Amino acid sequence: MKPFIYTRPADGAEALSLAARSNQTRFLGGGTNLVDLMRQNVETPAEVLDVTRLRADIEQSASGGLIVGAAVRNTTLAVHPYVRQRFPVLSRALLSGASAQIRNMATVGGNIMQRTRCAYFYDVAGARCNKRNPGGGCDAIGGFTRYHAILGASEHCVATHPSDMCVALAALDATVHIVGPDGERRVPITEFHVLPGDHPEVETVLRPAELITAVEISPSAMAARSEYRKVRDRSSYAFALVSVAGAIEIAQGRIADVRIALGGVAAKPWRAARAEALLRGKEVSQKQFLDAAESELAAARPLEGNRFKIELAKRTIAAVLSDLAGGAA
Amino acid sequence: MAIGINGTDYAAPVDPRVSLLDFLREQAGLTGTKLGCNQGACGACTVLIDDERVLSCLTLAVQADGRKVRTIEGLSDAHGNLHPLQVAFIKHDGFQCGYCTPGQICSAVAMAEEVRRGDPSHVTANLAAGPQGPTRSEIAERMSGNLCRCGAHNGIISAIEELLEGGRA
Repeated sequence: MKPFIYTRPADGAEALSLAARSNQTRFLGGGTNLVDLMRQNVETPAEVLDVTRLRADIEQSASGGLIVGAAVRNTTLAVHPYVRQRFPVLSRALLSGASAQIRNMATVGGNIMQRTRCAYFYDVAGARCNKRNPGGGCDAIGGFTRYHAILGASEHCVATHPSDMCVALAALDATVHIVGPDGERRVPITEFHVLPGDHPEVETVLRPAELITAVEISPSAMAARSEYRKVRDRSSYAFALVSVAGAIEIAQGRIADVRIALGGVAAKPWRAARAEALLRGKEVSQKQFLDAAESELAAARPLEGNRFKIELAKRTIAAVLSDLAGGAA
Repeated sequence: MAIGINGTDYAAPVDPRVSLLDFLREQAGLTGTKLGCNQGACGACTVLIDDERVLSCLTLAVQADGRKVRTIEGLSDAHGNLHPLQVAFIKHDGFQCGYCTPGQICSAVAMAEEVRRGDPSHVTANLAAGPQGPTRSEIAERMSGNLCRCGAHNGIISAIEELLEGGRA
């Protein structure tokens, strides 16, 4: 690991002023990803700003939503009684991620900012990677691609975003609170991560020296009936091959509203807007669910090793919606 | 500030690159905590910080400044009597080579407290109600962050089951 300066800013203002001094600075959350990346020399910051002792409260808004501080640990959010009751998809997504030890360490801000687990991205000595070395090439394409993207990838990068939490947040229309040199701003989680295009080294809309301070989840009656299903190579402690966060509201046998987001398929949590639009107002049936999923996955461009994900995603979407609809489908 | 380890204070290292794991083993002389994968995949380095289980390989020692760390060496009582879970591991053959055992035991001690608090897991059917008793599937899910390459998992689960049924953590 390259030498670095470790600083624990006393508050957000100090964190920002320190971060603005250099572009070689990284914010440190639980360290479950960043420390590993630094050990592999993928990340080589000159200074690390430990923000884990900053905002770590979960606040209930007057409207029934939640504002979750960026330093809140994944476990704390997952087991929070209000989250379990009103936003079960979020609790389920968090509990399906990593291991208990890692969830105790990982923060909400760090979870959003974690990097892909593409093995070629990690292999500094042995593989080319356009994220690490823009324009240098990608050894994942044509390599072992079981865990790679089928949606929104480019000829330069096929990496996936590994978070479960973000998939649930995408389905819940969560908003990321950001503070930086130019003040505060808010970005919907669905617009926070960006697709690789010609610049896979750019992963989010976060600007230099900006810091995530919180995530806001709006109240939603539908969210109380929501679910997260994660399909993976072993039943615990593994990243998703495909995951689905879903919520549905049914009135008079028809779909009044629906939310679908996919994990494990793209460089960002993939909100299935096309499938949602097709389902609104339709009768509840397994065929409708499968048709909508089919339509969403029509844009999929599989690699040699992950063609199976298309069918897996379709069936998982239909299974989740069917479960949520109960006997109605 | 200092890092409190099993009741003794240690000055945090000057070099921030030192992991808590290396600090425990090389500077505090506490070699019970084991180095496995060194990348957060195996759980052999599990210790407790402020009573919660974490991976010491991915924790920078400086991050533990002002915190209370408890390792396998800190589980026995003042007279050197083993923790009830250590006794149960012996009784149920919860190990073969023993390399993952300190991590397994530290992890399970914190896990017992999580179950007692009513925290749900991935396999808990009713999220709001929490776990319905310490079933083997609940224990297996909650211990999935601790790998045993000898394959002693069934004995490990039996030992933890005994601890949870005894109502002691």
